[in-house]
Parts: sequence; structure tokens; C-alpha cells
Amino acid sequence: MNTAVAPATYFQARDYKSEVKPVWCPGCGDFSVLMAITKAFAELQLAPEKTAVISGIGCSSRIPAYTNCYGFHGVHGRALALGTGVKIARPDLTVVVAGGDGDGFSIGGNHFLHACRRNVDMTYVVMDNRVYGMTKGQPSPTTEPDWDSALTPGGTGLRPFNPLVIALASGANFIARGFAGDPNACASLIAEGVRHPGFSFVEILSPCVTFRPDQRDWKSAVHPAPVKATDDAARAAKRLMTDDGFNTGVLYAGSRAPFQPSFSTTKTVAELEEAFAS
Amino acid sequence: MSKEPRKAPRRAPRGVNFTPAEFHAHVFAMESDAAHRYDDLADQMETHNNREVAGLFRRMAEIERKHADHATKADPDAARPRPATQFHWLGAEAPEAIDPLDLHYMMTPHHALTLALRCEENAVAFFEHVLETTKDAVVREHAKHLVEEEREHVQLIRKWLARYPKPQDGWDEDPDPPVYSE
Repeated sequence: MNTAVAPATYFQARDYKSEVKPVWCPGCGDFSVLMAITKAFAELQLAPEKTAVISGIGCSSRIPAYTNCYGFHGVHGRALALGTGVKIARPDLTVVVAGGDGDGFSIGGNHFLHACRRNVDMTYVVMDNRVYGMTKGQPSPTTEPDWDSALTPGGTGLRPFNPLVIALASGANFIARGFAGDPNACASLIAEGVRHPGFSFVEILSPCVTFRPDQRDWKSAVHPAPVKATDDAARAAKRLMTDDGFNTGVLYAGSRAPFQPSFSTTKTVAELEEAFAS
Repeated sequence: MSKEPRKAPRRAPRGVNFTPAEFHAHVFAMESDAAHRYDDLADQMETHNNREVAGLFRRMAEIERKHADHATKADPDAARPRPATQFHWLGAEAPEAIDPLDLHYMMTPHHALTLALRCEENAVAFFEHVLETTKDAVVREHAKHLVEEEREHVQLIRKWLARYPKPQDGWDEDPDPPVYSE
């Protein structure tokens, strides 16, 4: 994370929001996640010009446009590759990568594995609604096998992807789960993820009220994890493999050193421009 | 909007006896969070062309913003950002924060005012709790004033609500829904 500024007046959560109004469906959990991200930034007093919000494609990936930090609405599934590049090139920036379950675990699944493995110091917030909302309701990697819809009568019958287990097995240094219905708790998780060195993965259960109205019931399904976060990967693996998918809180906080290669500048921007033009 | 909005759970804040500074921070956080939230809700309704409800939320945001400004005039340090863990509410969130998951793009002023009424009632309950439990004379005096103020807001919203009776079942039926798969 970048160094906190000492402002004459404090950054409030609204100071991180742009003038662009979100076009998500009213009731969408992503509104709460946007709120949680801006609250986390305010808690950390991050300077907007020292913060980058990077995304791929999907409903939730619209989020960079709704903040006034540096932003990049990238290519489908490639948000983590972009975020990695930004952080490696500009380690002084706080990098938050955001997106959905389809973007992150299907199209971007391979990048997810290697971002966990590389352990670059950035925070990945996934708004998991277990459906492709933008393209009108196809099942995603995290969709339940028996979710019945006109597009998949009777359900897919496929075992869902377990992102937290995969993150742990691949080397993520911080793993947490939140629920969009509790934006304050999500803000705390995101702030903690940003503070924690290395690759932090925060899954936020974010209901899609249009294609998955049943997810409104998540309000009564989520519950705080009954045990404190562990730094023991084996113990965390056992917990994550056996949890019900609705435990919230920090579930693993490791101590692996982040990957941050040191570079020296070999060419100036002018030299690059000249080489490019010739 | 498929269900009635939730009532804040009536659990006591964890062993809190606010200092005046902590109490002012809570008042500011509650009012500014409400203003921020109402603005968000107004934006959502404007985007979906539900202008009547958008106007109502915008008006509520303006009212809450004035309250937040009032809180910082009384104590400028109240606006200093604090971690969420330093706040002790009766529920998970500040009393006047509408749950964004309770929105529907076709909601009516009746629904919006019902949500707002619940927020004001939660605020009364919060300040009553502080009033009953505080040992600090300054906090007690301030909380007493805020209980009265929030009770007035409850009455005001009830008056507004009387103008908008509950809509009949089927208010959320859209002849051209955005759901391809159904």
C-alpha cells in the first residue's frame, strides 16, 4: 500500500467516487462492494492519485469508472495480469484488482493461479454472484450444480470451483470472505487485505438480484467464521475444504514475502517514443 | 423488495460507554453514512428512470447532509475517519443506513418511505440506548436532544407515508423484464 497522507481535511469515502453513476440493477450487491472499497480507502487515507483500481470485463468490472483513482477497465480475464504489471512497474501505488467470478475464475482462471503463486503485493476483490449477469444469466464456475434455469435446465451438474481453496493451494498470502449485505465488514476486510503484504484475495458474496433473486436469502445464510484467522496453511486448507461457503472474515493470513523485483530505468520515455516512431 | 425490510437486531453495543468525542464521531458517521447512502440510492433510481423515488432519496440525502455538517460544526474531529471496528451500533451498520439489497427498480414512494421510517426508528432506538446507558453528563444531554430530534423525524416521515398508501400486489411486475432466461 502507499504511504498514508497527512491531510488538512480527511478523505471521506465519497471522495473516492467519480461523477459516473453506476448502471447496475438496483439491489445489486456490487453497490455495497463499491461502498466498501471507498470506505476502505478512506479508512487507510489513501491518496487517490497513488491508488489504482484495475478490472477485466463483467458487471462488477465496471468499478474503476466509478472511482476517481487511477483505473483500467481491461480485457476479459486479464485484470490480474494488468494489476501485476502496474504494481511491478509502480510499486509506490496501492493496487486493487476487482471483478467477478466469471472473469476471475473462468476466463481469467489461469491468471488467478499465477497471481496467487507470484504473491505480488496487491488486493484482489472478487464479487461472486455465481452467474454471468452481464450476458444474461449463464452459469459461472462457482454456480451450484443444480441451479435450474432456462439456459441450463436441471442445472449443469458440474462441481463448482472453490476459489478460496484454490487461492490457498496456489500461494495467496491473505484469504478472506465477506458478504455485500454488510459493507462495513467488507470495508474492514478490504482494508486489512491492502495492509497485508503480498497477494490478498477477498471474495465477496454479492447477490445478483436480477438473475439469482434466490441469493437475497444469503442474508440469513452468512455467519462470521467461528475461529480466528490462521497462518498455518494446512489448518486453513482443512477449514476451507469443510466450510459451508458462507463463513465470513479473514480465513488465512500468511507470512510469505511478496514478489517485487528491483528494476533500474534503462530508457527514458523520450527514447522509447523515438524508438517507437522510427 | 421481496421482503419487509429488516429491523436492526436489538443487541447492546459491546460494553460501550462513549466519551463525548466518541459519541460525536458516531453521530457524524451515522449522518454522513446516511447522506452518502441516500445519494447512492437516488443515483440508482435516476439511472433506472424512477424519478419520483429518486427525488425522495435525494431530499433525504440533503437532510442527512445538513445533520452531518451540524455534527462537524459542533466537533470538527468527529469527521476523522476511523476503522469500522471502532464503531458500536445496535446492528451491523449505522442506524440510518438503508440496506442497498432492499432496493427494486420499480419500487414506489411507499417502499422508499417505509425504508426511511425504519432508519429513523433505528436512530431513535440507538440514541435511547445511549441515553439509558451513558455515565457521561455531556453525552447524556446530547443524546437526549437527539432522541427528541429523531422522534420528530419519525413523525414527519409517518406524515409523508400517509400520502402514499401501500401499493397492490404486483407492483413489481414488469411486462418487459430484463431477464432473458425466464
